[in-house]
Amino acid sequence: MYGWFEENGLLLGLALLDGLAYAALVFMVAVGLNLVFGVLRVLNVAHGSLYAIGAYTAASLGLFLSARGLPEWASLAVLVVAAALVGGILGPLIERLLLRRIYAQEPVLQLLVTFALFMILEDAQKLIWGTQPVQNDAAMRLLGNFDVPFAGDFIPFTAYQLFVLPGVAVATLVGLAWFLRRTLTGRVIVAVTTDREAATAMGIDASRIYLLTFTFGAVLAALGGALSSPTASLVPGVGAQTIVLSFAVVATAGLGQIEGAALTALMIGLSRSIAVYFMPEAEVLTPYLIMVAVLLIRPQGLFGAAETRRV
Amino acid sequence: MSDVLLSARGLRLAFGGVKAADGIDLNVMRGEFLAIIGPNGAGKTTFINMTTGYLRPQAGTISYEGAPITGMAPRRIVARGIARSFQLPQLFTEHTVLENAALAIAAREGPWSPLKPLLRPAWREEARDLLERFGLSAIADARADALNEGARKLADIAMAVALKPRLLLMDEPTSGVAASEKMQVVETLARVLRAAQVTAVFVEHDMDVVERFADRVAVWSQGKIAALGPPAAVLADPEVQREVIGIERHAAA
Amino acid sequence: MRRTETILAIGGAALLVLLAFLAPWLRFVLTIALAKGIAVLGILLLLRAGQVSFGHALYLAFGAYVVAFLAPSSPEALILMPVAMLLSGALGLVVGLFVSRYREIFFGMLNLAISMVFYSLLEKLYHYTKGTDGIRVGVPRFLGMVLERDDFEWAMFATALLLALAIGFFVRLYLASPMGQALSAIKTRETRLEFMGLPARGVLLSAYVLSTLMGGLAGAIIALTTRHVTPLLGYWTVSGELVFIAILGGAGAALGPFLGAVTFELVRVYAAASFADAWQAILGLVLMGVILFFSRGLWGMVESLARKRA
Repeated sequence: MYGWFEENGLLLGLALLDGLAYAALVFMVAVGLNLVFGVLRVLNVAHGSLYAIGAYTAASLGLFLSARGLPEWASLAVLVVAAALVGGILGPLIERLLLRRIYAQEPVLQLLVTFALFMILEDAQKLIWGTQPVQNDAAMRLLGNFDVPFAGDFIPFTAYQLFVLPGVAVATLVGLAWFLRRTLTGRVIVAVTTDREAATAMGIDASRIYLLTFTFGAVLAALGGALSSPTASLVPGVGAQTIVLSFAVVATAGLGQIEGAALTALMIGLSRSIAVYFMPEAEVLTPYLIMVAVLLIRPQGLFGAAETRRV
Repeated sequence: MSDVLLSARGLRLAFGGVKAADGIDLNVMRGEFLAIIGPNGAGKTTFINMTTGYLRPQAGTISYEGAPITGMAPRRIVARGIARSFQLPQLFTEHTVLENAALAIAAREGPWSPLKPLLRPAWREEARDLLERFGLSAIADARADALNEGARKLADIAMAVALKPRLLLMDEPTSGVAASEKMQVVETLARVLRAAQVTAVFVEHDMDVVERFADRVAVWSQGKIAALGPPAAVLADPEVQREVIGIERHAAA
Repeated sequence: MRRTETILAIGGAALLVLLAFLAPWLRFVLTIALAKGIAVLGILLLLRAGQVSFGHALYLAFGAYVVAFLAPSSPEALILMPVAMLLSGALGLVVGLFVSRYREIFFGMLNLAISMVFYSLLEKLYHYTKGTDGIRVGVPRFLGMVLERDDFEWAMFATALLLALAIGFFVRLYLASPMGQALSAIKTRETRLEFMGLPARGVLLSAYVLSTLMGGLAGAIIALTTRHVTPLLGYWTVSGELVFIAILGGAGAALGPFLGAVTFELVRVYAAASFADAWQAILGLVLMGVILFFSRGLWGMVESLARKRA
């Protein structure tokens, strides 16, 4: 065991740091998915596409602006602007033009409509950005590296992945918890999540809440994508990978859980990156295996309350 | 008439700080109609839920025909001859009323015949007959989600009766039924149940219904049975009148 | 409507035979379409209970690999098919005992997860499965005879057509039976089923195992027809395709899946070549259109037409 650590300790450290950064991104997407599902009761498969489009838009916008003389320090702000644009435009469009028509449909059909949207958006991305990798790591280069002390040694790691990604995720978690519990709109959202019929009977304008929640979820997804864009070159298929992963997080954590989603994202993010470093062939499988294992033991998810059906 | 069909001893169940059952002792006699009355939140539905296996009491035992059934799965309890109906009717909304009744018959007879239709002649006949007894023949072919509240309520009870239970627990069988139809509905119900020799326990808010149809009344109050006896005696008790019926009459008005 | 359906089924079968005569290259496409239709019948059973599996490609791939593994030692097509079907059903029973406890997203995701684990195994266990290269299926026998390529294709087409009719007929009976009717009761009021003493999990499990038998059989037909199996048959996009076909064809009747599958495969032959870049988007638009405007699918349209005539 000692020998193993001697040899692989730094690799393990790197895997943990990578996993943390990755978990932060996964959390951003999964929490939005969860929120939207809680309020609209629609499981949005196209949520992963919003992530991918956010990433592509951020990369392209950054490249476009820096070619026109945008100072380097602004590259971080570009990520946020891109996310706000993508979520703020696509979110309301999708909710008003598409989802609004299917709230009365069966859950299966709702799911499939968003699946259809996902298929369309996937091809749209290929048409706009092509199949060649797109890369813009200006934001990551801007902040440079940071030496992380680990087991008596140092691991050089990008400050962007070390501080910005987890920082934004934690801020989202805290901000969201505060918003849902302390503000009026937030409480209304929680009320609609817990008992839609009662909430609408009390005169809550469900339509406005749906629009707001969906847009907010879309912005979170796009932000996750935008923040991920400096860390990797973008290729088609990123949307599918993301949605499967966030579904796994939501199912593992249990529906309607925010803190639960954060812990689960951390668990899945870390195990995935450990797999990447030590058992690359199992990388794709880790989220699934975790989900199956958790649901075997707790059918309602790690943190989900057992469903109480009204009789 | 005098033997005990269902016996509950020392049932306790609390949700958080609310004691929905705080030491319930009750015998239900074979053949009787027992009404349960009491204010909302007194634990009336909880008693039905515990008896039918939906909730497990934290303490106490329930026995039926002398054998313990405490904490059994709903399915096993039904198999022993206890059925229930619901305050909010639980119908299969994609099916017609006739199919709803036939599904209940299938549940009783066993559904495991993949090649014979649900509406096979024998079951169709029985379902039609059942609906006729409940006065529902006219809407037999209507979809269950297209009915008015009174009809949904009766269909819900009919499905429970289709299981041929010896004990039927009904959660507010007359709530949601229009006042003008109420007595007629109960009349129908009582006739069907007496004919089928079913013992009935029902939660009821309408004291006229209780006076007319119950053999005995149990008054629920904060998870306890405050009074138990023939309707005339119990409803005349000033304590009961003040604590429960005042509220009930008020609520009904 | 039941008689109309029977007439349409026979008429449709005759039409397929005619097509296969007129355009021999279509025989292959139609055989695959019929196989997928059989698999989609299984998806339809689950849809009746309001459950959608995003992992049924698992059983397709499993059936296909059973054929690929057994063909060298026992090349008889008429034995390979039932064996693949039964083994797939056995796998389905094991998986089903687990997944039948779950509903909606949990059900869908668990099926996806299990199918992806199997897919990875197919890809990674190169020693046994030859990984992404896949396995060639040698020339199978039919009733003990070694047939010419053309004759074998005919034999497979005819077998697929007969099986489709037989299984379609069975599914129609099943849906009208208490077991089938209880499926939609699971969707609308599962608790009531339990309170009536009708075990919802058993009802769903039965439908699940049936769906895996059909999936395995479909996989076997595909393997015998394409004579080459790859892990791609078990990828989640194939599972999605099955669900797509189910919605396209309409979940209202046993004929729906075949309407959907034949349409899907024919359109794919033409459209995938002409619009390779936008193929997925076109599928998406069609799916969206069907759900928004004809939620009962192609079969629903046929039904309305027949009603108007009557």
